[in-house]
Amino acid sequence: MKFTTLLASAAMALGLASGAMADEKTKVGFVYVGPVGDGGWTYEHNKGRLAVEEEFGDKVETVFVESVPEGPDAERVMTQMALEGADLIFTTSFGYMDPTINVAKKFPNVKFEHATGYKTAENVSVYSARFYEGRAVQGHIAGKMTKSNIIGYIGSYPIPEVIRGINSAYLHAKAVNPDVEFKIIWAYTWFDPAKEADAATVLIEQGADVILQHTDSTAPQAAAQEAGNVVTFGQASDMSEYAPFPRVSSIIDDWAPYYIARTKAVMDGTWESANTWDGIREGMVAIGEISDAVPADVKEEALALKAAMAAGEYHPFTGPIKKQDGSDWLADGETADDGTLAGMNFYVEGLEGEIPQ
Amino acid sequence: MDLGEINPVLLVASLMVAATPLLLAAIGELVVEKAGVLNLGVEGMMIVGAISGFAISVETGSPWLGFIAAAIGGAVLSLLFVVLTQVALANQVASGLALTLFGLGFSALMGQSYVGVKPPSMGDIHIPVISDIPVIGPILFQHDPILYVGIALTAAVWATLKYTRVGLILRAVGENHDAAHALGYKVIKIRVMAILFGGACAGLGGAYISLIRVPQWTEGMTAGVGWIALALVVFASWKPWRALLGAYLFGGITVLQLNLQAAGVAIPVEYLAMSPYIITILVLVILSADKSSAPASLGRTFHASH
Repeated sequence: MKFTTLLASAAMALGLASGAMADEKTKVGFVYVGPVGDGGWTYEHNKGRLAVEEEFGDKVETVFVESVPEGPDAERVMTQMALEGADLIFTTSFGYMDPTINVAKKFPNVKFEHATGYKTAENVSVYSARFYEGRAVQGHIAGKMTKSNIIGYIGSYPIPEVIRGINSAYLHAKAVNPDVEFKIIWAYTWFDPAKEADAATVLIEQGADVILQHTDSTAPQAAAQEAGNVVTFGQASDMSEYAPFPRVSSIIDDWAPYYIARTKAVMDGTWESANTWDGIREGMVAIGEISDAVPADVKEEALALKAAMAAGEYHPFTGPIKKQDGSDWLADGETADDGTLAGMNFYVEGLEGEIPQ
Repeated sequence: MDLGEINPVLLVASLMVAATPLLLAAIGELVVEKAGVLNLGVEGMMIVGAISGFAISVETGSPWLGFIAAAIGGAVLSLLFVVLTQVALANQVASGLALTLFGLGFSALMGQSYVGVKPPSMGDIHIPVISDIPVIGPILFQHDPILYVGIALTAAVWATLKYTRVGLILRAVGENHDAAHALGYKVIKIRVMAILFGGACAGLGGAYISLIRVPQWTEGMTAGVGWIALALVVFASWKPWRALLGAYLFGGITVLQLNLQAAGVAIPVEYLAMSPYIITILVLVILSADKSSAPASLGRTFHASH
């Protein structure tokens, strides 16, 4: 008898507690494309989520679902989050673009934030980081470090974000090493360690001694480490467990300040649909420590390049630049506008191969 | 485009590595299905094997102990399937799916402190003289031991199923469990052994990914290999050598398409990316034109009172 009374009162207390929570707490949902332990892209988004929890403590409740496939399944997950009372939902992969827009239509009172996309709505913002600024620094180091003059690049999907990265890295590698050649493999996945490792191994077997990756796991780092004399860069996260070699530097996505600011806006009722695209200057893109495996003069140049971009003095896409087919894109001194960059679907002159359509 | 950049010797050598996890998991599942049980939990058992093997080899410094732990880990998880389907007589499809979901989550929990750790290397076997033969040496005689275990296991399973009494009983249980029961064979016991064997093989396959192919631990790192293994068993018409052929075809074309991409061959990447699936299915479907069919009791629940 006593035991059941205890149970009943516990249940009541729980019920009261959850009732109270629903009233006060702002609920923030996150949809992840990979597992939080991928060591790269999703890992950094999850760090942003934890920062939101730390910042607002009891006033916020966060939920997340990991490894959500891009497509109809994502819509189901978002709908579920919205039904469970989320006030703000971050959808953190390009492929969630249409699902986000669809679900947002059904829940006009819930705010949505879609990473790396370009479709906005009354209650849908988009945000992304100017990763191509980081790619410029990587390209510079890669061009200086390669001895075989072959740089391998593991692409995920042929979307503008990835193509921008390839172009930016290539332009800056070429600038310091005219003989450099890029070998590009499209993995058609964001996260598949075995496949990413295979791709890295293939590139190494075909002579690449620098590997850049635009996939989310640390598998290419492990493959490079196994090979011994191959340089890599951390992608999305610092991947410092592979420093000082093969990982000589990295691009780090720092989402925490943005996530905190947007959550605050929802709490204050000042949230508005926006299109945010921040880079090194705002701190959304950071360059991980350049290790001692990089010669001091190269490191200095790379840091100077980073400083110039942080100060807004230098744009990675500054003319003269021609497209792959030889037609003019940017005149001398002209810089690329955000519209073209956001929809970039062409290689710059010098890159070989075709972009899968 | 420069095909000369593709080294055929390295290509064949790396296709064998890419195929081995698939082969190990498929051979295990083949035995399970031959006994009349459909275990859809291969992916879950693989990933649990991957982390068990990784954790133990990091802690002990011995890859061999890691592989043994992986086999045990996979088998222990399959024990859950045994309890659900053979003792509680639950639906096999639902139990298998549950096993995969549980395995993925459980491995993520187990692996939290192993992210970014480098496992001890197993090293390749170098047999003097024959491993130095040009072309054949690097292809056949310079691999890690587990790769040979995979091939040996295929041969052993084939011989056991075809020539031994144990194999005959196993097949009898899979074809008609009521008849086997009437003859006095312990249907449940045989199926339990088969499921445990399947779990151990899947565990080995998972550990091969985390200890040799990648080598590192990342959540969800099997990324669907278990599902491909399941499909492979069906397309290989439950025949061990065809499963080996299918695994090598799949692994081979996966590696080949990456090579072709890197060499800049002008075939649209979309076609290259789907080619492993299509070609493997095509070849195995053509091979299975001999009307070999699934074990008749596959997926059916057995209870002695029936």
